[in-house]
Amino acid sequence: MDWIEFLLVVVRVLLAFVIWLLSTALLIWGERRLVAKMQVRHGPNRLGPFGVFQVLADGAKLFFKEDITPRGVDRAVYFAAPIVSAVVAFLTFAVIPFGGTFTFAGREMPLQVWDPEIGLLWFLAMSSIGVYGIALGGWASGSKYPLLGGIRSSAQLISYELSMGLSMAAVFIWNGTLQASEIVAAQSGTFWGAVPAWNILPMSPAFVLFHIAVVAEAQRPPFDLAEAEGELVGGFNTEYSGAKFAMFFLAEFMAVITMSAIIVTLFLGGPSGYSFGLEGNWLALLQFVYFVLKVLGFVFIFVWLRGSLPRLTYTRLMDLGWKVMLPIALVWVLLTGFVVTFQQVGTNQSFFTVVAVVAAATLTLMILAPFFRSREPAGDEGGGGGGTPVARPPAGGGGGRALVPATETSPVDVDGGRTTEREPETVGAPRSEL
Amino acid sequence: MTETVLFWIIAPLSLGTALSVVVLRNPVHAALMLVGNFFTIAVLYAVMEAQFLAVVQVIVYAGAIMVLFLFVIMLLGVERQLDFGERIRGQRAAAVFLGVVLLAALTVGVAGPYLGADSACPTTAEQQTEPAASPQACRGLAEANADGNVFGVGRLVFTDYVWPFEVTSVLLVIAALGAMVLGRRAEQDSDLVDVLRRERVPAGGVGDASYQAELQQSLEEDPR
Repeated sequence: MDWIEFLLVVVRVLLAFVIWLLSTALLIWGERRLVAKMQVRHGPNRLGPFGVFQVLADGAKLFFKEDITPRGVDRAVYFAAPIVSAVVAFLTFAVIPFGGTFTFAGREMPLQVWDPEIGLLWFLAMSSIGVYGIALGGWASGSKYPLLGGIRSSAQLISYELSMGLSMAAVFIWNGTLQASEIVAAQSGTFWGAVPAWNILPMSPAFVLFHIAVVAEAQRPPFDLAEAEGELVGGFNTEYSGAKFAMFFLAEFMAVITMSAIIVTLFLGGPSGYSFGLEGNWLALLQFVYFVLKVLGFVFIFVWLRGSLPRLTYTRLMDLGWKVMLPIALVWVLLTGFVVTFQQVGTNQSFFTVVAVVAAATLTLMILAPFFRSREPAGDEGGGGGGTPVARPPAGGGGGRALVPATETSPVDVDGGRTTEREPETVGAPRSEL
Repeated sequence: MTETVLFWIIAPLSLGTALSVVVLRNPVHAALMLVGNFFTIAVLYAVMEAQFLAVVQVIVYAGAIMVLFLFVIMLLGVERQLDFGERIRGQRAAAVFLGVVLLAALTVGVAGPYLGADSACPTTAEQQTEPAASPQACRGLAEANADGNVFGVGRLVFTDYVWPFEVTSVLLVIAALGAMVLGRRAEQDSDLVDVLRRERVPAGGVGDASYQAELQQSLEEDPR
């Protein structure tokens, strides 16, 4: 490695760092503006054009504020927790390709800090470490509400990590690689000559699952139970102030961008897009623009969710994660594996095909059966609108098709189902009679 | 060269964190030291170019298992000081004895074949010209990682080591089932108030007399 190579690496790292930090700052402002528009308010509009410098003012305030350390804290852990959160948030985006490959003086510089073979497993590792920041922050504060927030968050993150990992596994199996650059490369080209060959089409159930799981992993509304203001004061960060609070704050907003970028990489072809006949560095720049636009789309969805959905209750959160998303994710991974194996083995082995189809269908039904049974009585008795789409039986062999509507409607249905199930408790009030 | 330098940085850290797991009195601190230990080991794997092993170490041990541990410790509350007395008579002596036995077994069984000079892989030019005297087949990293590190690990796990792999997974399932059976408090279905309310809502609605009686009984048994 000579010095030019070294310089290119440094440039790459700095570029990624600056872009991510800047976009996080802009997100904080943009989210406030957007949510304000959604709620028919003005939002920050005093400082700079459209109030964009409000972020600077907020940042300055946070860093110069008195940093209070309560007496009951566990000092080492209390100081380490926000640092863990922030560092992990920064490290995650190292593996994301955020643009095309630039060429400078005969050397290639892809817009990606690090492209390891383990690729997106790095993201999984980092997001699983991110739990520590929140859980420890809650515990080390030495008071009740943060502790509750920390415990909630660790349970939530463990639950949704499963669906998240499984839906990623489906993509890994489908593309046959873990490496981010190769996943992006596998999504180049088109279906039927017109539709871009992004994973979102063949992997749509995994996409829906992953998107929901990612919102939960980022602890964003409607899954922000760790900092439920109405019940837990401020949740895990109640006892934090000043710069340490700013780090938690930064990590949370950075997670929104990182998660959106991961969704784009896995399901929307990363920085790829129509080239308009451009080549070389111009194409690379165009791909960077594509990437930014795609990520912005998902960031908007994150903000939109926050602006429109009420927070889930804890039981519903757990039910959704374990009883709905996890079984669907398992079945989907199984089906993906089956299809990929089938493609590799070929169609001429008819006996193998029959056995495999029967086995896959049986297994699918076995896993889905308890899930459907528990839904039906709720739909019948309550007469609520929720039960209908899922009550449709899965078509025997073509389980893959039947799964698509089930996945898309299930979160809604869970709410419907739960509401009707809850009715006896609230209306009948058996407790008060006793 | 880099490997050696990093080893001498990481190894003391690893040992230090491992010792503090045992020495520290606060269970959360001990658990965190264990997390640190997992990280140092992951770094050692990464230095030896076992990327997949390193990242899986972080995901599985640091990210999943230790989070569950911390979760339980936090739920139980750590204000209660742990009882450091001997629960079973001769516990410490037995622990020391078994620890020494384990160390000896590991040294002889796992590290033993690699300790002698003749078992070392030929690295210098003159060694490589000689016929291989060692019983261990020496395969270079390049050969092992020829199709990629992840591919290599996957192939080994699902061909040569598929039996131990499956046996281990069964063992884990048995352990989980055992924990569930041991940890279950309720003896009858009706003790589980939740089950009753959700799945056995009677046809006559909540006002149904038999349902009310059942509910009352379940509430008396379990006043939550």
